[in-house]
Amino acid sequence: MSEALHAEWTKLRTLPGTGWLLLGAVAATVIISATVSAAVSCSSTAACHVDVTRLSLTGTYLGQAVVALVAVLAVSGEYGTGMIATTLAAMPGRATLLATKAAVVTAVTLAAGTLAVLGSVVAGQLILPGHGYNPANGYPALSLADGTVVRAAAGTVLYLALIALLSLGIATVVRDAAVAIGVVLGLLYLFPILTQVVGSPGVARHLQQIGPMTAGLEIQASTGQAHLPIGPWAGLGVLAAWAAAALLAGAVVLRIRDA
Amino acid sequence: MTATMTPERSGTEAGDRDSFGRLVHAEWTKFRTVRGWVIAVAIAAALTAGVGLYAASGPQSGCQPAGPQGPIGPPAPCRPSNPVGPGGEAVSDSYYFVHQALHGNGSITARVTSLTGRSSPPGGGIAPGPNPEQNFTSGIQPWAKAGIIVTASTRQGSAYAAMMVTGGHGVRMQYNYAGDTPGLPGAVSAASPRWLRLVRAGETLTGYDSADGTHWIKVGTVTLAGLPATVQAGPFVTSPAWIRGQDSGLTVATAVFDHVSMPGPQRGVGWRGVSIGAQAPEASSLPGRFRAAGGTFTVTGSGDIAPAGPGPTNIGMPADDGFVGAFAGLIVVIVVGAMFITAEYRRGLIRTTLAAAPARGRVLAAKAVVIGSVTFVAGVIGAAPVIPVGASLLRSHGNYVFPMSALTEVRLVAGIAALLALTAVLALAAGTILRRAAGAITAVIAVSVVTYFFSVPLAVLPASAANWLLRVTPAAGFAIQQYIPAYPQVNNVYTPEHGYFPLPPWAGLGVLCLWAAAALCLATVLLRRRDA
Repeated sequence: MSEALHAEWTKLRTLPGTGWLLLGAVAATVIISATVSAAVSCSSTAACHVDVTRLSLTGTYLGQAVVALVAVLAVSGEYGTGMIATTLAAMPGRATLLATKAAVVTAVTLAAGTLAVLGSVVAGQLILPGHGYNPANGYPALSLADGTVVRAAAGTVLYLALIALLSLGIATVVRDAAVAIGVVLGLLYLFPILTQVVGSPGVARHLQQIGPMTAGLEIQASTGQAHLPIGPWAGLGVLAAWAAAALLAGAVVLRIRDA
Repeated sequence: MTATMTPERSGTEAGDRDSFGRLVHAEWTKFRTVRGWVIAVAIAAALTAGVGLYAASGPQSGCQPAGPQGPIGPPAPCRPSNPVGPGGEAVSDSYYFVHQALHGNGSITARVTSLTGRSSPPGGGIAPGPNPEQNFTSGIQPWAKAGIIVTASTRQGSAYAAMMVTGGHGVRMQYNYAGDTPGLPGAVSAASPRWLRLVRAGETLTGYDSADGTHWIKVGTVTLAGLPATVQAGPFVTSPAWIRGQDSGLTVATAVFDHVSMPGPQRGVGWRGVSIGAQAPEASSLPGRFRAAGGTFTVTGSGDIAPAGPGPTNIGMPADDGFVGAFAGLIVVIVVGAMFITAEYRRGLIRTTLAAAPARGRVLAAKAVVIGSVTFVAGVIGAAPVIPVGASLLRSHGNYVFPMSALTEVRLVAGIAALLALTAVLALAAGTILRRAAGAITAVIAVSVVTYFFSVPLAVLPASAANWLLRVTPAAGFAIQQYIPAYPQVNNVYTPEHGYFPLPPWAGLGVLCLWAAAALCLATVLLRRRDA
């Protein structure tokens, strides 16, 4: 098992794109978070009904796309080059292969996600008070000593890891990188766009509860929890279910299909 | 001797066109023989239509004009609707009108000496009982209007021209709802009154203003097609709803007129007051009143005479909401567009392609023509049913849908198809630049779909930042779906969130065009320079 892990780690590490993409994921998350934090302003307590914690983590919406790309390439890259045949010859346990790939991709995503989230929170701490989100207007400073902020921050790191696992599973099923990334990003972004136009509030709420992104990102909510379509941890659970289903489907087709 | 030369080799312009035609044919053959791509484009069309129609089948509008804080007016019956103006567009047409018939040509003159206003508190504030305005606070709306109007009839949506003073924008000449020409600046008061005059000659109306009643300045001339011989003319007052952030409410304005003159049997006799639109289903105004004493008219009115668009104070939905299905289609065409070239790199086919057609720029151009045409056709097929079927679905559920002309409908369908086609070409260029499908797809989705997503449905960005993104990124192309223009002279919340894009429809599509063209140029340069 440790040899398998080492092999997967070597493959991922030595791909020319991986490092840059992970750096890109961190940069995209932090830059978007900081830009949004700098773009909002709050002049009085009445004017701004904003969830500051969620706001400071806005970059997740973009960063997750890059994380998904890393995960997709970890699988589809092997199919694209034919490497998969060598891999499976060396490591005939296909479930083991998928598990080690998942472990390695999860590990790098957790590392990059931690950097991205810490960067975003620090940017929020530095920028938001200057734009009116300060104790004087009823917004205590963002602090990692606050349990809600910790839940949102740690939850976002887990969210990114689950997105990576979802992408990994989908990529294993469809094999082609282009189709896989299209399916993943379609799945992520179409749910929230749909909820905007489905006029019936009941259906819209239901869509928010089952959408991997809409449900999963409720982990970032720090205010108005009574009105959330789904609770923070339950929402992350929905995303975990999506990821588990994708991985399971990936494991099944990997087992029964010729490589 | 020369007769034996084959024309194809002669290198003439016709020969070049011919060889480009063959390139397009070759690329078309590549496209149509990959079953996955053909299926994907069919799915894109099906998603565009299906998701759009699904979105249109759901909504049920309430039966009361509702602001975010609750009802903003008295209960209205279901199936609200806006009056329809002379151009077929939805309009607001509510005001207090003191009128007489004007037979044939003639002119009407009046002096306005005061314009004041009062506003309801947030969340309604209409007191029950005989005095609905008792909780109002004083303050004039910048676009409160008082002046003289010549209108085809007192029916809502009639053709008109009017000269008016406004709460904060000086004298204006407005006509047929959308037209607006500035006159004398400054606010009106007893010390600084405004004289207004409208002269009717056939279908032509000319507006004049004056500060003293002797020196007149022409503000504008308009032609109202089909204006009947007998029209209604006289003083009017109206005042639009106020909107601040998420709150809104009704307002009233009161103006004092004197020196009102119009050809008629007797001066000061025969004036009748009527609240235009106060009984209308949408009830976006309060009933007005007027008092005449010794040639001085004190008129109070509420509402607006202006084009109507979706916004916090206006119930109803634009039919272009149904184009949400194009997003689903967009992601699919991005995937196909990028793969159209990256698949060749992956399989090494690119070397065969370039050996057969060494002019690399033209190979890329042929690919762009094929993928653009295919996705355009798919877009037309997917978008065509969305507006007519979607709008009738919405209406059958009791929703009000803003009307659009047949020409606008054609423009919207062609525009959505062009949006898909240009984005597919952008993806093709990105695929050529990056040579990797997944990276190209992620990049194009990030700059188009995700940017739109940040600006509109998510709405985390303040309007200024969202407007900036929708001007400079490929997401500007989404502006093509807007068919109800924003008017500076109408109080509304013109944000992307409410369906108003910062660029006009074709300009927005133009920005996307520039992106696609720039990406194609870069792709051509790289394709020429790099080994395949």
